[in-house]
Amino acid sequence: MASNKKYWKSVEELNKNSSIVASLEQNEFNEGQAPESFLGDKETLESSNTTRRDFLKYVGFTTAAASLAACEGPVIKSVPYVVKPEELTPGIANYYASTIADGFDFANVLVKTKEGRPIFVLPNKEAKGTTNARVNASVLSLYDSLRLKGPKVKGNTASWSDVNAKITAQLKSISESGEKIVFLTGTLASPSTEALIAEFSAKYSNVSHVVYDAVSESAALDAFEETYGERALPNYKLEDAKTIVSIGADFLGDWQGGGFEAAYAAGRDVKAGKFSRHIQVEANYSLTGANADKRIVLKPSEQSYALINLYNAVTGQSLPSKKTPEDAAIKKAAVQLKKAGSKAVVVTGIQDKNAQLIALAINNFLSSEILDTTNIKYVRKGNDAEVASLVVELKAGKVGALITYNTNPVYTLANAADFKAGLQKTKLTVGFSSKEDETLNEVQYALPTPSYLEAWGDVKITANQYSLTQPTIKPLFDTKQFQDCLLAWTGQSVSYYDYLSAYAKSNVVGDKSWNKTLHDGFAKVEATALSAKEIDITAAASTLKSSVKTGAFELTLYSSIALGDGQQANNPWLQELPDPLTRAAWDNYLLVSQADADALGFTNPVQDNGAINGQYASITVKGVVLDNVPVLIQPGQAPGTIGLSYGYGKTKALKEEMKVGVNAFAVAFGGTQIATVANAGGEHLFACEQLQHTIAGRHDILRETSLEEYNHGHAEEWNPRPEVSLKHEEVDVTTVDLWEDHDRSVGHHFNLNIDLTSCTGCGSCVIACHAENNVPVVGKHEVRVGRDMHWLRIDRYYTSEGDAGSSNKPINQASSIDDAAVYEALETPETVNPQVAFQPVMCQHCNHAPCETVCPVAATSHGRQGQNQMAYNRCVGTRYCANNCPYRVRRFNWFKYNNNDEFDFNMNDNLGKMVLNPDVTVRSRGVMEKCSMCIQMTQATILQAKNEGRTIDPNEFSTACSSACATGSIKFGDINNSEDEVTTLREDKRAYRLLEFIGTDNNVVYQTKIRNTNEA
Amino acid sequence: MKIVKLHRKLSSVLKLSLVLFFSFSLSLSAQDTPSEEQAKAGKALFNMHCASCHKLNKKATGPALYKVAERREMDWLKAWIKNNNKLRASGDADAKAIYEEYGGVAMSVFEFLTDKQIEDIVAYTTLGDVKKAGAVAAVAQVEEVDASSGDILSKVATVVVVLILLALIGWVFFKSNNGFLKIASVIILVFLGVYFGFGTLMSVGVDQDYQPVQPIAFSHKIHAGDNKIDCQYCHSSAKHSKTSGIPSVNVCMNCHKNISEVAEGTKVNLGEGRVLEKAQLDKEIQKIYDAAGWDAENLKYTGETKPVKWVRIHNLPDFAYFNHSQHVTVAGVKCQKCHGPVEEMEELYQYSPLTMGWCIDCHKETEVNIKGNGYYKKIHEQLSQKYGVDKVTIAQLGGKECGKCHY
Repeated sequence: MASNKKYWKSVEELNKNSSIVASLEQNEFNEGQAPESFLGDKETLESSNTTRRDFLKYVGFTTAAASLAACEGPVIKSVPYVVKPEELTPGIANYYASTIADGFDFANVLVKTKEGRPIFVLPNKEAKGTTNARVNASVLSLYDSLRLKGPKVKGNTASWSDVNAKITAQLKSISESGEKIVFLTGTLASPSTEALIAEFSAKYSNVSHVVYDAVSESAALDAFEETYGERALPNYKLEDAKTIVSIGADFLGDWQGGGFEAAYAAGRDVKAGKFSRHIQVEANYSLTGANADKRIVLKPSEQSYALINLYNAVTGQSLPSKKTPEDAAIKKAAVQLKKAGSKAVVVTGIQDKNAQLIALAINNFLSSEILDTTNIKYVRKGNDAEVASLVVELKAGKVGALITYNTNPVYTLANAADFKAGLQKTKLTVGFSSKEDETLNEVQYALPTPSYLEAWGDVKITANQYSLTQPTIKPLFDTKQFQDCLLAWTGQSVSYYDYLSAYAKSNVVGDKSWNKTLHDGFAKVEATALSAKEIDITAAASTLKSSVKTGAFELTLYSSIALGDGQQANNPWLQELPDPLTRAAWDNYLLVSQADADALGFTNPVQDNGAINGQYASITVKGVVLDNVPVLIQPGQAPGTIGLSYGYGKTKALKEEMKVGVNAFAVAFGGTQIATVANAGGEHLFACEQLQHTIAGRHDILRETSLEEYNHGHAEEWNPRPEVSLKHEEVDVTTVDLWEDHDRSVGHHFNLNIDLTSCTGCGSCVIACHAENNVPVVGKHEVRVGRDMHWLRIDRYYTSEGDAGSSNKPINQASSIDDAAVYEALETPETVNPQVAFQPVMCQHCNHAPCETVCPVAATSHGRQGQNQMAYNRCVGTRYCANNCPYRVRRFNWFKYNNNDEFDFNMNDNLGKMVLNPDVTVRSRGVMEKCSMCIQMTQATILQAKNEGRTIDPNEFSTACSSACATGSIKFGDINNSEDEVTTLREDKRAYRLLEFIGTDNNVVYQTKIRNTNEA
Repeated sequence: MKIVKLHRKLSSVLKLSLVLFFSFSLSLSAQDTPSEEQAKAGKALFNMHCASCHKLNKKATGPALYKVAERREMDWLKAWIKNNNKLRASGDADAKAIYEEYGGVAMSVFEFLTDKQIEDIVAYTTLGDVKKAGAVAAVAQVEEVDASSGDILSKVATVVVVLILLALIGWVFFKSNNGFLKIASVIILVFLGVYFGFGTLMSVGVDQDYQPVQPIAFSHKIHAGDNKIDCQYCHSSAKHSKTSGIPSVNVCMNCHKNISEVAEGTKVNLGEGRVLEKAQLDKEIQKIYDAAGWDAENLKYTGETKPVKWVRIHNLPDFAYFNHSQHVTVAGVKCQKCHGPVEEMEELYQYSPLTMGWCIDCHKETEVNIKGNGYYKKIHEQLSQKYGVDKVTIAQLGGKECGKCHY
């Protein structure tokens, strides 16, 4: 490896005395208990209830039963439609453009439906839509068996007509008595719904609408409103940025509604000749920090000072501030900002209006063109102050009616107890939600809403685009849209669809283009630039400075990449998605730094099967105690800070298995909190994949270089060709070969290309792969013991910045794993602020595949299109292939995961099964499975071309992961077509293949990761 | 499950000749006015132009027309048929009344019909269909006897042969002292056991000739054979999709809205003595109406539907991917190649074994139909260069790879 960096996946690997790591590297399968351990145990054997005679009886009976059952096949019924819908051909997928807007995630999507069932959500690229893991997984939430199936009044089922009549009557009497009617909703961003609420306000007196975001951006909204006069969020054209300084803003996560990753990656494209420099200042290790060129570790309190210091350094003023340990680095950042001038931008995630004002001021001082005040964002609108006063009013019994929609305050409010008490004093409480969640359990009227896949709607995500939501399936349950109820309550007899189309026709699109807008899913609209007002920054800075709190531990709450604000907590795909940084699934946990862990006595001991354990902590924030919070040591966590993610610890509308984690909203009092932490001992079992699927110590699989080297160095230095020894001479690896080559010059030859520079590690490809390929969910315990079924995993490697000189010897040979000298140099200090690199790994589709050679039944074989094929019905489960795979990408079905109560996830209920892709086999127990390079999709593309009698267009082929990738990091195509992007990428000077020296000739090509290490 | 009989073809020939014979004899006793000739020409015209809305004995979209000449003047009929709109516009009271009675739905205009043709049609409505029921019934009975005697004979023969063999082996073991014979018979027994055992095991899960009883006695012979309806008229997904598509009931109703009964004398022989005659077959059509929620009396849909639960015959396992459009549209394979002589099947059965070996055999031999398909143009050039031949088989294109069908 050219950069001579040492990569590690878990802190345990830095411990040179750890025998576990070495043994894990030799073991593909951790079978938990070795047979000797219980066969040799006389006591256990004798205490067993099954005698030898019983055992033989069972064997005899099951054999006889199995053979009898095999004699006659079942009679299968085929039930055609009575009247087949015109647009539907059985077996052919239909796609509908739609928009998700659940109050947390907003995106333009395409919904793939088969026989009228939505089965896949992919980004609507025409509308510049990008999808994250949660949006991709939202299709499974549609089939959530715990959805509320009909309206309920005080816990009893009721009819809609009854409910609407009663509510209308009550609203009238409340309105006549002059009492307050309050709508409490999440961010709607829906012009027509807001118009409806306005109509409602005109009909009833004293109506107010309070918007509440569980994960609030209230500070940024307040600051923008004060500066620009509109309650919205600025947009950022990161694709043009030269320098990005982020102080605590996780903009590749869901900071200000997220959705910046595509622009960010476009601004870091070496081929296009631009590469922004990204400096991240943060306490938790966020996804954004993981992608940054330079990560500066500062406590939240210090971040506020750093922001003022940055302002001072950029503008040359001297606003009141304090020193921080990283002032030198901040000064350097300021120099780089000034150098980039109008192409520079500063963003901050500090939940304080004044901090947001200062960030805007720096941008305006730089006259930043990156800050976009024309195409502003409407994806967060919550107002913390209004929510707080609403709770006070509720508690005082001053509200006559409360109607909640798209929000779950009983779960997400820190003062939920006050809110609940207030509900008791309110005459009329109505809750709309698709699930009988915590809030719906507390209100009088629990009303079910359809999923966005069953509903109409309009969404204005940004100012210059009006998007539509359309149903892709008939409502599964007796649900009604919030808007339809509003229409009923205001005495209008039209349906929301009529209202929406009339609204859109008269306000947004012309009469003619309604159908086109619906077809496209969006329409472009005009937006005007806003101009900034003068703001008193000195006052802002001094208020910010005085409001900074310090204490034992500074707690930063964050929304997890998998669960977000927890709306989809009952979605098994998301529960099983490992966190990109910690690689732990099925949990939230307290993140602490190594130093603090040592001080408080927290450890993460590793078990022989690679599983990680931990202790519990009790944390106290403003007198609120959170018990049983498992502790995970996070390298790069700022000492003196802790982190905890939202979205877990829900109690209602969840299957037993999903009731995991603790509710961080209980301590979400806004902004950074001061907490005390105590070690409560105990043993927590994490489902963490840090140490699983390690590839036998061959750490050469990740390559990275600096922008400087890329531009001016020699490619052989940072991306050397692998060599092997032949007749005592080093020759290129392609010179010798163990295998006979197939001829792939005719037809298609598929290649997958993964750019490590633009891969942010967000995990949306993992969920897309689950959805497309019917990958089963295995549950917390199975993930813990390394039996996860992900066909595509995203490995996260830690590495230390600038430690290239720690050893002159390249650490790219398997033998160097024992190199004590290297390890010593790399010990504990590295965990203070390591760099991170992500690497998606799936089956590498080797042209010379070691797995194929060892399969005794030829179940895995090679296709001339470059795909390594797996015939499940032929596989007998010897697992030789997995043992011979250098990339650890094969997954064994230890159990039958469908129709099995032991795995009570979506494949075990009739509703959840509707998400299955009918073109892909549902695998059974005892077979090996792995990435197929979406052969069902490539075959479908080929067949479509054949049916239409045409050649295949360039870049027409795609896989689930490539279509879901927001940044275009994963690209798929045919290298026998010279116009396909992958053809040129394969020959790029950044291109390399994993462990190429083995000579497996992979069809998955990686592009070396580039960091912009330019400090000046 | 039933075994298809070989003598089916023979009996159909016999049937045909008998039908011809009887129809001739019947035609000798035809009436005088209007002439049979006229009625025959009229029937053809009626079926072409009128039958989609009219029936002889039953109200359909338009009124029943049997003996319409007794109710209306010929001149009026001619004027009405040629251009009913004009007739109504002229203020004819009868014409208006009929228009009102049938819900204000105007009849099509047939100005191209000559007076002679209209007279023919009216002649047909007067005479109605010629009956020939007796003849076919006789044939069916003959066939039944034929079938059962053949069955019994072959069964008896098999039993006799087996008994003789068993007796022989028993004699060798218990009565004979010849060691060689004993060893030989053991060897023969082992070989036979292995042979039949292997054969039995290999046929597990192979449902060739599977012929379940369907909820509606639908005869492909009547539809695809006698009436020559194109397979893809009903199985319309076959050219687009992986599934051929069992037609939805609304496709049935395209025709059966007007065909509420079978022709006189129609019979469906389901084998094993199950013969359905007109009375039963009309009830089968009624099942479609029940499914579609069609009220045949009042000629409207009730909205109460009851999907038909057909028994699926061709069951590929979940792990095998098959696509009809690849074979039908791209390769141009005739449906019969895999599904057999469907147009002769009164009750559908699985013609092919649908085993992997059967698929592969075909893929090995069959040349790819590359003509006129833009997709294959370049690939074909490269392949013919590589193999030095002009034609390529599916296998040469990778059609034998596991992953092409198993994913």
